[in-house]
Amino acid sequence: MKAGIPLNETMKNNLYKYILGIADNSLILGQRMGELCGHGPSLETDIACTNLSLDLFGQVRSYYQYAAKIAGDDRTEDDIAMLRKERDYLNVLLVEQPNRDFAYVIGRQFLFDVYHHLFLMELQKSKDLTLAAIANKSIKEVSYHLRFSTDWVKRLGDGTEESHTRMQEAIDQLWTYTDELFHQTEADKEMVSEGIGVDVTKLKEEYYNKVAEVLAEATLQVPDLKYFQKGGKQGIHTEHLGYLLAELQYMQRAYPNMEW
Amino acid sequence: MSTKNWPLWEVFVRSKNGLEHRHFGSLHAADAEMALENARDVYTRRNEGVSIWVVESKHITASNPEHNGELFEPAQDKVYRHPTFYNLPDEIKHM
Amino acid sequence: MSEEQIKSLENQFEARIARDEKIEPKDWMPEKYRQTHIRQMSQHAHSEIIGMLPEGNWITRAPSLRRKVALLAKVQDEGGHGLYLYSAAETLGISRDEMFEQLHTGKAKYSSIFNYPALTWADMGAIGWLVDGAAIINQVALCGTSYGPYARAMVRICKEESFHQRQGYEIMLKLSQGTQEQRDMAQDALNRFWWPALMMFGPKDEDSPHTAQSMKWKLKRKTNDDLRQQFIDQTVPQAELIGLTVPDPDLKWNEERQSYDFGEIDWDEFWQVVKGHGPCNKERMAARVNAWEGGAWVRDAAMAYAEKQQERKTKQVS
Repeated sequence: MKAGIPLNETMKNNLYKYILGIADNSLILGQRMGELCGHGPSLETDIACTNLSLDLFGQVRSYYQYAAKIAGDDRTEDDIAMLRKERDYLNVLLVEQPNRDFAYVIGRQFLFDVYHHLFLMELQKSKDLTLAAIANKSIKEVSYHLRFSTDWVKRLGDGTEESHTRMQEAIDQLWTYTDELFHQTEADKEMVSEGIGVDVTKLKEEYYNKVAEVLAEATLQVPDLKYFQKGGKQGIHTEHLGYLLAELQYMQRAYPNMEW
Repeated sequence: MSTKNWPLWEVFVRSKNGLEHRHFGSLHAADAEMALENARDVYTRRNEGVSIWVVESKHITASNPEHNGELFEPAQDKVYRHPTFYNLPDEIKHM
Repeated sequence: MSEEQIKSLENQFEARIARDEKIEPKDWMPEKYRQTHIRQMSQHAHSEIIGMLPEGNWITRAPSLRRKVALLAKVQDEGGHGLYLYSAAETLGISRDEMFEQLHTGKAKYSSIFNYPALTWADMGAIGWLVDGAAIINQVALCGTSYGPYARAMVRICKEESFHQRQGYEIMLKLSQGTQEQRDMAQDALNRFWWPALMMFGPKDEDSPHTAQSMKWKLKRKTNDDLRQQFIDQTVPQAELIGLTVPDPDLKWNEERQSYDFGEIDWDEFWQVVKGHGPCNKERMAARVNAWEGGAWVRDAAMAYAEKQQERKTKQVS
């Protein structure tokens, strides 16, 4: 929003929800990557994964700080990050999937990065200058994430027989969560019509083309799947999210109203 | 257990334009691409670089310190390669 | 080489060190110098990566986003520091895999402090403040050590670690300014980490057989007891400033020495943990072994891929 243009209540609510829809993805994925710190397959890879996590949390803070400003009460970035209920988190199901093994970590990252990159390219053009600025800063980070995860999909896909099998399985299992990336909530539609939001439905074709291109190079099959899971954007999650939130929120819940 | 270990790479970083690449340290990576990425993640976390070179350690040929005498000592007494070897009149301040 | 020749080389070597010359990887060095350095540098590296685990535990539970990114960055640094140190040790002709092998089979040691559990958020404060504080004292002393690659790694590490201790102290400061519950949490963490932190400087000088040799090689620049005293003298006022009590009834300022007198360390506990029977030795080792063995297929895949790419390139050229 250009400074000074007053928002009406509905607009405000929609924008707030819209920001959360973007930021929650980074929060949950950042948290998942954070779990890996100290447990990676090599020291170098460990450090690299932590960098992804740090980038994501950096983005989260920018978004939530902006959301807090829009809410206009005394809520903080931490209130938004840690004091909502399960049903109020709006991230896609893909990012909350657990770190089953390194192939899942890479598969999840790659399937999200391709989307994230396309999304931020568009968000840079948002009429909301704050969002455009955050996108502009984040896209450099996410370009690197995409490079990193793409390289690793190829290494694992076209590596050994075992890694190929594992990578294919991860892609097969995670594929069911990809379609949701291109769903729109009511708030999304409102924001698109205001020129603030990104019309994700338009990213779908390019997304699947890019993914297919990399999978082919990695000697992996594009899964032939007709049934997709959805719900994250409406706050209806997989069972995995509850545990993740239990850890994320533990301190704020156990010791309410304190400063850290 | 792994059959083959990731080879060792030496990392050189230019900290800003105008300066030369300097040896920063080493790391392990399976290939050059990964070595570059790892170098970026390991050695430039604090904005230390604008350019990175990586080279697999085995490709570096190093001089043998046992030959230091014949390699480097002969240069020690070639003082005429240095400006202080030459006498100038006091009136000449800068040359 | 004859014994006489070796003796002469050894004399030259000792003279170089006495002149404060650095020793570089390909230089001739006594076998014992090499072995001692491999042992100490790999122990140091192991301590860094085992040290990632107790704090790594709290990344997912950090109480705010600001604390979370700071902690993540700190734990990541420890991984980086482990990496620098392994690399420096590799210049002496041992591979990282061999060093991991020694760690995983219990042959190599690491700092015992990481065998204590990190139970509350305040422990993140105590670890940063006390454990990193103690480590920095050790490490600053090592920046001038005689082996070039080790000294260079230490310079880099010291520079990067300067935020670690502050990060921890700030956590404690914030807790001490908070509610009673938070103050109690901070005091409890200090109570649990104070003595183990003092033990980080190693046994008393009189019980430390390697000290003399290590001092000579500048692998140590100050004795264990000197460093421990330095740590106590600088830390006690920091505790007082934030209203925390150091858990040592015998702690008293000695006007004459201009230093603190302090109580006896429980050396039985020290040796118990060193010998592998601390509260978390087994968990720490299991976590490392799992990460390494569980990651073998990933490392293999990357090598296989690299080889295939190389073959493809060669074919294209020919």
